[in-house]
Amino acid sequence: MAVYNQSRSNTIRLIVIITFVIITLQLFYLQIVDRRYEQLAMDNAVYPKVIYPERGIIYDRKGKAILNNTIIFDLMVTPAETKGIDTLDFCRLMNMDTSEFRKRMVDAILKNTSVRPSVFKAMLTKELQARFEENSWRFPGFNLVERPLRTYPYHAAAHILGYIREADKRDIERSNNFYRQGDYIGKTGLEAYYESVLMGQRGVQYMIKDNKNRLVGTYEGGEYDTAAIAGRSLRTHIDIELQQLAEALMNNKVGGLVAIDPKTGGILSMVSGPNYDPNDLSGPDGSKNFSRMQLDVSGPMLNRAIAGRYEPGSTYKPLGALIALNEKVVNASYGYPCGGRYTLCGHGKPECTHAGGGHAANVRLAIANSCNAYFAHIYRLTVDNPRYKNVYDGYLHWKEYMNAFGLGVRLGVDLPNESTGGIPDTVVYNRENAGRWTSCTNLTLGIGQDKMQTTPLQMANAMCIIANKGYYYTPHFVKEIEGEDPDDESLLSRFQKKHDVLTNIPDVVFNEVIEGMSDVVKVGTARGAQIEGVEVCAKTGTAENYTILDRRRIKLPDNSMFVCFAPKENPKIAIAVFVQNAGFGATWAAPIARMMMEKYLLDTLTAKSKIDSARIASTNLMPSYFKRLQYKEDSIRAFKWFQVTKDSSYIDRFSFHESSPFPQSPFRKNPAEQELPNWVKILSGTCLPERGIEKLKTFSA
Amino acid sequence: MRNNAAISKGIDWSLVWIYLALVLIGLSAIFAATYQEGDPVLQSFVAFKTDYSKQFYFWGIALVIGFFILLTDSKFFPTTANFWYAVGIILLLLVFPFHSRIKGTESIIRIGAFNFQPAEFCKIFVALALAKYFSRPETNFNRPGSQFTAALFVLIPGGLAILQRETGLALVYFSFFLMMYREGLPSIIPTIGFAFAILIIASIIIPPNILAILLSVIAILLIYFSRRQIRRRRQILTSILFIWAIAVGIQRFAVPFIFEKVLQKHQVERIYNLFGKDNPYDPQQQALSEEASRKKKESGSSYNVRQSKIAIGSGGFFGKGIFSATQTRYDFVPEQRTDFIFCTVGEGFGFLGSMLLLGLYLALLLKMINIAERQRSTYSRVYAYGVLSVFFFHIAVNIAMTIGLAPVIGIPLPFISYGGTSLLTFTVLLAILIRLDADRQMVLR
Repeated sequence: MAVYNQSRSNTIRLIVIITFVIITLQLFYLQIVDRRYEQLAMDNAVYPKVIYPERGIIYDRKGKAILNNTIIFDLMVTPAETKGIDTLDFCRLMNMDTSEFRKRMVDAILKNTSVRPSVFKAMLTKELQARFEENSWRFPGFNLVERPLRTYPYHAAAHILGYIREADKRDIERSNNFYRQGDYIGKTGLEAYYESVLMGQRGVQYMIKDNKNRLVGTYEGGEYDTAAIAGRSLRTHIDIELQQLAEALMNNKVGGLVAIDPKTGGILSMVSGPNYDPNDLSGPDGSKNFSRMQLDVSGPMLNRAIAGRYEPGSTYKPLGALIALNEKVVNASYGYPCGGRYTLCGHGKPECTHAGGGHAANVRLAIANSCNAYFAHIYRLTVDNPRYKNVYDGYLHWKEYMNAFGLGVRLGVDLPNESTGGIPDTVVYNRENAGRWTSCTNLTLGIGQDKMQTTPLQMANAMCIIANKGYYYTPHFVKEIEGEDPDDESLLSRFQKKHDVLTNIPDVVFNEVIEGMSDVVKVGTARGAQIEGVEVCAKTGTAENYTILDRRRIKLPDNSMFVCFAPKENPKIAIAVFVQNAGFGATWAAPIARMMMEKYLLDTLTAKSKIDSARIASTNLMPSYFKRLQYKEDSIRAFKWFQVTKDSSYIDRFSFHESSPFPQSPFRKNPAEQELPNWVKILSGTCLPERGIEKLKTFSA
Repeated sequence: MRNNAAISKGIDWSLVWIYLALVLIGLSAIFAATYQEGDPVLQSFVAFKTDYSKQFYFWGIALVIGFFILLTDSKFFPTTANFWYAVGIILLLLVFPFHSRIKGTESIIRIGAFNFQPAEFCKIFVALALAKYFSRPETNFNRPGSQFTAALFVLIPGGLAILQRETGLALVYFSFFLMMYREGLPSIIPTIGFAFAILIIASIIIPPNILAILLSVIAILLIYFSRRQIRRRRQILTSILFIWAIAVGIQRFAVPFIFEKVLQKHQVERIYNLFGKDNPYDPQQQALSEEASRKKKESGSSYNVRQSKIAIGSGGFFGKGIFSATQTRYDFVPEQRTDFIFCTVGEGFGFLGSMLLLGLYLALLLKMINIAERQRSTYSRVYAYGVLSVFFFHIAVNIAMTIGLAPVIGIPLPFISYGGTSLLTFTVLLAILIRLDADRQMVLR
């Protein structure tokens, strides 16, 4: 009976064996043939945790840290571990209502699941941080996590230093994926220009994670980890106290200011108005302030000192004199009988503020009295020089001089987005005048108008050339890089190169013009720039300007300009100040420059200057048309917003029922929220860096 | 001494060694999967806290019970078989009012600190009872009546297990058909079963309309090639048409009915995932976008299989060693102590270790067949085949599901998976087999 179906036992054996063979084959495929699974397992379980290096610090000329790193704390939450906490108590502690609490919790869970930590509140204020730390034991599941933050102990030099932000898609693409999501990258200013130095080197720590993506330990005992290398620091030429003063003086003004040490080309101070506190972009409200500033029509993010294009006006005149003298079309004693206007081109323009009295009897006098007719005339003499074939050739020759002075070209300052300014080619005039034009066509180039455009940096650099009698060093901020290596050579070596652009002009010619500029201060238009015991050489400038608003061309107040260097012998500082829509150059720009020189050369302000500085700092010279422009921009944006979202909450603020013609823009800071203006603190000496943040550092030469 | 000699006389020691080897592998695998650095090993053994220490104690209990079984007279099993079967069925029925509330199952009775799963150890009683039934002189398995009765022995506990939402355990009962095949189940029945399985798989892989056309084409071709035979015997045509109608009927109506009405949603999903497809009977799934359905797949039931394949695949030839096995140590594979324990072996010990384990299992199964065939009494043989069927089904399906060859059915790997009931059940099954085999010279009724 037992042998009944015995043959079937072999069938069963076969079934068993075949099944095992199939399993073996699949195992062979999974474990030996297909190597994909190894990588998948690595991806599953090993997390390369990026260790961010500390970014380099930036010091001023005296070794004070004007930009520093600090730690701010993010409040993190692991929702699954928060069971049983007193929500109400927590909310009271952290100043939020329970609905806000619930919303943040849900966001955290949606973003990172309830078992992984996510940011509950980014960048706690000092007060909240202290309050939480005291009570943290009552709130399991919540903890503080450090995050590095840039701070600016002097609240100054925003445009110079620039700012860092998380690298966006374009940065990542441009860097060939060197940068990754979450990396910080310098976006403007020195932060961007010296990014490779400041950023340091990222480290990687390989961590093992579990199925819920929690990190549970190091991978292979840290064998494959690389340490982070901190970024290197920069030592700059900036004089931070001078910078603070300059910013205070440029408060509520549109324009640019540049101060350079002519002996080295080192930039001592650079301000662009309107200005902002760099801490605004870095703290808890960074993003909010960033978007507010981007939407501000006055352009607080724009560095007008290197990118603002201004007609130099009369500040050009010393250059015009140098060119004419060097070209020998006039000599030092050449005079022009100015009767209040220039008549030789037939239209009686330009006009002159003086009439007769021999106010343009020689070059020195002409500079001191800023005679328009005189300089228009010598411009004509220069381009119509019989040594050249025709006016076109003469003009090109003149333009060569201009470029040698650094106008119409990029100087190569160590900041991104420098403007070339504008000295037009003959092509432009040919096109506009059908190829037929004379020196009368662009006559006002001789007084720094027409199509001549310069940046404050270029004019300050031109002053350096005059002060140095023919040479300059490329204006720059950075003096030294900590632990300099051969790669940095290419960054800094070009700043050590002396540019002998105009040393072909004899010193006697320079001296003539320098004397003229000295007279400007002594007896001429800029008597307000006199400094006791220091011989200042300067030139004022005033330029008309217009804008188009609501389809009407309206005349705006003149731009106030001032260029200078001091002392006359052995110059130590050269300054260019441009204040938009302020009035005469002597009224606003000159005193600003004077106080800068006082501060830098004498290390303190005179009693008179202290009063002046407060007056100037507190004067609001923001052009009034900005209000109208902002209103237009904001309302248009609000309308577009309404069109897209059908959300009328913004556009309501611009509705006609509002009584005020310019209702408070939702994109601007409410004046009531603003604390004590910065300039008050700086001038009263209370805006000193907080203790402990200041970090003095000596560089090994 | 004499007593001891009597007990050990006739015992097949190879089975015992294989058994000990497997249990030790299982213990170390559970240890590897659950031990965290710094755990006090000794303390946890005493405290009965960790899974590996619990399993260790279960093993102790199993050994004691196994030892008592070896002491038992062989005649005890056939004599009391029907009684045990009755006890088993009653226990299965008791589950319905008294089952505990443990995740997704209604098959567990909780007494004190212990969980009992009657559907698990009822296998023993079914094996005993079936053997008893087959060994009756009046049973003639060639008669449909006897076949039907034998099937009932299996289908009753199987059906009860399904009612307790333990489809995996229920399927185990169907493995007894392997034993019945050996005992003379007409070939036509496995053939039909096999054809049915092929048809179901085909209807999962091939869209219904195309499959219907394919079946029709096959039928027409068959009729064409056998037209001469058909001319002689009309019946052939009828039967071809009949089979065609049945096949299309199953494919068109029975399969959708099973997937929609009989099986639970997650089970259907597992079956479809096995073939890399979405469940077409799930209206929610239909509504999902491609991206969302991919995501769902990654987190759903195929997540287990995917993670399990990653774990096993990343083991390579030699394995990572048990404490460097990142996938299993950090819980990437769900249920890895129980149903997916094979991953721990695959990742930690690689292809080599897996082969060793498979080799042990293969040796065990082939040995069981040999033992079965050398029995003089029908009772012992049928019982041995019953044990073989259960073991084979567990081993094959469990390993196949971890490497993506079978749908995910929650059944344990004999002697390796964590779980007191299953360890006890398999130990008892094996111990009885050893006991019966030791007395193979006797003829049991």
